Amino acid sequence: MGKRPVQLDELISQEYRHGFYTALDVDDVPRGLSEDVVRLISAKKQEPAFMLEWRLKAFRHWLTMTEPHWATVRHPPIDYQDIVYYSAPRGKADGPKSLAEVDPELLRTYEKLGVPLQERELLAGVAVDAVFDSVSVATTFKEKLGELGIIFCSFSEAVHNHPELVQEYLGSVVPYTDNFFATLNSAVFSDGSFCYIPPGVRCPMELSTYFRINARNTGQFERTLIIADRGAYVSYLEGCTAPMRDENQLHAAVVELIAREGAQIKYSTVQNWYPGDKDGKGGIYNFVTKRGDCREANSKISWTQVETGSAITWKYPSVILRGDNSVGEFHSVALTNHWQQADTGTKMIHLGRNTKSTILSKGISAGHGSNAYRGLVKVAKSAVGARNYTQCDSLLLGDRCAAHTFPYIEVKNPTARVEHEASTSRIGEDQLFYCQSRGISAEDAVSLIVSGFCKEVFRQLPMEFAVEAQKLLGVSLEGSIG
Amino acid sequence: MRIGPEEPCVPGFLSVYPSLAAQLPGAALPWLKRSRDEAFDRFAALGLPTTRDEDWKYTSVAAIARRVFRVEAAIEVSDEVRAVVLRHAIEGTQRMVFVDGHFVPGLSQPMPLRATLPEGARIGSLAQAVEAWADDVAPSFAAAGDAADGFTALNAAFWSDGAWIDLAAGVALEAPVHLLFVTTRSDGASFPRNLIRAGEGASATVIEHHVGPDGAGYLSDTVTRIVLGRGARIAHTKLQQEGRKAFHVADVAAEQGQDSAFLSHALAFGGQLSRAAIATRLGAEGCDAKLAGLYVGNGRQHMDHHTCIDHASPRGTSRELYKGVLDEAARAVFNGRVIVRPDAQRTDALQSNRNLLLSEEAEVDTKPQLEIWADDVKCAHGATVGQLDADQLHYLRARGIGERDARALLIRAFAADALAGIEHGPLRARLESLLPGALPEAV
Repeated sequence: MGKRPVQLDELISQEYRHGFYTALDVDDVPRGLSEDVVRLISAKKQEPAFMLEWRLKAFRHWLTMTEPHWATVRHPPIDYQDIVYYSAPRGKADGPKSLAEVDPELLRTYEKLGVPLQERELLAGVAVDAVFDSVSVATTFKEKLGELGIIFCSFSEAVHNHPELVQEYLGSVVPYTDNFFATLNSAVFSDGSFCYIPPGVRCPMELSTYFRINARNTGQFERTLIIADRGAYVSYLEGCTAPMRDENQLHAAVVELIAREGAQIKYSTVQNWYPGDKDGKGGIYNFVTKRGDCREANSKISWTQVETGSAITWKYPSVILRGDNSVGEFHSVALTNHWQQADTGTKMIHLGRNTKSTILSKGISAGHGSNAYRGLVKVAKSAVGARNYTQCDSLLLGDRCAAHTFPYIEVKNPTARVEHEASTSRIGEDQLFYCQSRGISAEDAVSLIVSGFCKEVFRQLPMEFAVEAQKLLGVSLEGSIG
Repeated sequence: MRIGPEEPCVPGFLSVYPSLAAQLPGAALPWLKRSRDEAFDRFAALGLPTTRDEDWKYTSVAAIARRVFRVEAAIEVSDEVRAVVLRHAIEGTQRMVFVDGHFVPGLSQPMPLRATLPEGARIGSLAQAVEAWADDVAPSFAAAGDAADGFTALNAAFWSDGAWIDLAAGVALEAPVHLLFVTTRSDGASFPRNLIRAGEGASATVIEHHVGPDGAGYLSDTVTRIVLGRGARIAHTKLQQEGRKAFHVADVAAEQGQDSAFLSHALAFGGQLSRAAIATRLGAEGCDAKLAGLYVGNGRQHMDHHTCIDHASPRGTSRELYKGVLDEAARAVFNGRVIVRPDAQRTDALQSNRNLLLSEEAEVDTKPQLEIWADDVKCAHGATVGQLDADQLHYLRARGIGERDARALLIRAFAADALAGIEHGPLRARLESLLPGALPEAV
């Protein structure tokens, strides 16, 4: 292990590859939060009255709430009056009609990020709704999807074009009273993605959003709403990056998924927000509320996440298993390095009969990183024959990191079978020795073992994402042990 | 976490303390008086915990807070009590009996204890020890003012008596010490406090046994502190057989010296609401901790176990197995914490909690947790909740065993693991015989 300090230095010197800043003329609102700001955001977006009302209800409720402190994360207090709650690239407020109208500077940014936005990406079959700060810039493949009756657009567009769907489903999974950050989001959310798959339609391509926080001192409060109607299927990808900044930025998103009878939603995230520098300075606070509702029988919602970025990640993608025979899945790889902190996990709420859930969580801690799995498996009295299997494994690289497991299991029905297993260990010296004695370098051996450790989760990711995730992990961990 | 002045504070205790304090053991000792006063102030500040405290999330003590308990400085010993003591006696042990929190030498056996003890072993009442051996006893009261919750603070302020076991280096007690705590008063509150100190290489088995009448809603709030010197070994068995309406809140904490071994069994059968916190700190290299538990409930019993294994030093090993069997509308809570501190390299920790639900109404809330700050460790935990396996039942039934017998067999087999480490034969036999009584409908 003698080589470790040197190689850790190499690891630490890894730069954040997505940390460039695009100088754009922006249209934003004054710093701070007040009822006027909420009204201004709504006015700028020319929202119908029901939206403004909803935002105001959320804002008034938010004023009565206090910031939660139960997670095992530490950060200086957040000044909610020091945030710009809305920031849009100027001139884009009307919305671009086609790719040609999009600011070339912006397109170059996406190109640097590797967002598949143009022709060549067509081959990859990815439709992207890119969110640049707060306004959705361009949405591809809309027509092709339109033919199938699939609605895939920015949230603002949905509010204008499909208000009846928004009104029916918005807040039906994550109500505006849900929690401090979700309520804040409900009051000030700027944009996000909206997706509706009509009955019986299998979405022919992976849908994707790419979020990016660009402007300084802005919070990103996007909101995603996905509805899979009876028998529909959709696979949705979400990727995130942000420029390098010394200050911490707040990201408080809300994602709501609704699966109706026999519908399936697969939601995958690769989160690579700026994690801060090697001394823990800067980085994104990623405080996100994600929840899916298997509202009717035989539906299925599956979350897959690869969390490698953010100074602090604090999120629990959850599934409410309301319909009989519904299935919830959660697959996660969370990596913390330097001074990153992650408190993540899931909630599986079993309400319907014969509901099933699987939780597979892999945590990797390196440097001074702290990684906590926090999960809840709840079996209500009504959930006859419910079944849960949970496995959380932690891998420790370095003697200054930490890994925690906090599973909550609440069972009110005797026919339920609930199993939880967790283990924590470091990479065994015998494993390394085995590889090295076969001519594999220590570095390759570590990456081999780490990818083996994460394999079960990566297998759940769509192809393009699996490759990206693997690369991200490689970049973050190269030479972290020797 | 406190949230406001509306918290329940058990006004009865607050008003009785000033007058009672003068009658409690060691009232004339300034250091002890100070310790009690500090603890009392702490209790007044904390109040009783509420479900908003993470540690009490699933256990509401509102029923305790609502009642008024009598705290008295004197006791009576009736023939009925004698019968209770005989019924609960365990063969082959040295027995110390406490009635309503006070030591009763006349019921203890063999007496005088001292005659049968090896040199260097002191066993007696804590109330007497504070007077006679203040220097040895005082350090354990130092932290009374920092009690973690209202119940331990209450005990530190009101404790009336308890066992004092002090073993010099190398002393091995052959026979287990049986501490029998009998409650007789229907609305009484008793506050036993035990101190166990084992010097270098010393060893002992201590059985802490709580019993009381079924019809009475009394409170027993107990604290046990155990200190293990280098290479010492203490086996501590806590047997909770309180009355069916009783409230029982216990706090057992051990501090382990180098290469010491702590073996804990926590068994809960009685009480309407019971809570046991069992903690050990592996404070020096090479410690071993084994924690086992069994809780068996029916009716509307609520049983809560909180354990904490704190690996604060390198090369420690710990094994934990807690099992629960719940029938009717019983509810169990298990919270097992394993902490591995930054320097506790080479820690090896395993933890498991298994629960068997026998009825529609039973409920389990379990939370095993690992907090790991070191890298060269092997830690794993598991938790399961389920019902009797239909295949196993079918197997037995197919061999001509009636449904009832088959179920009983499986339940006993399930519970047996948790008792496996108990070394004293008569104690193990007693425990095995308790299961049918605890689950008359099922076993």
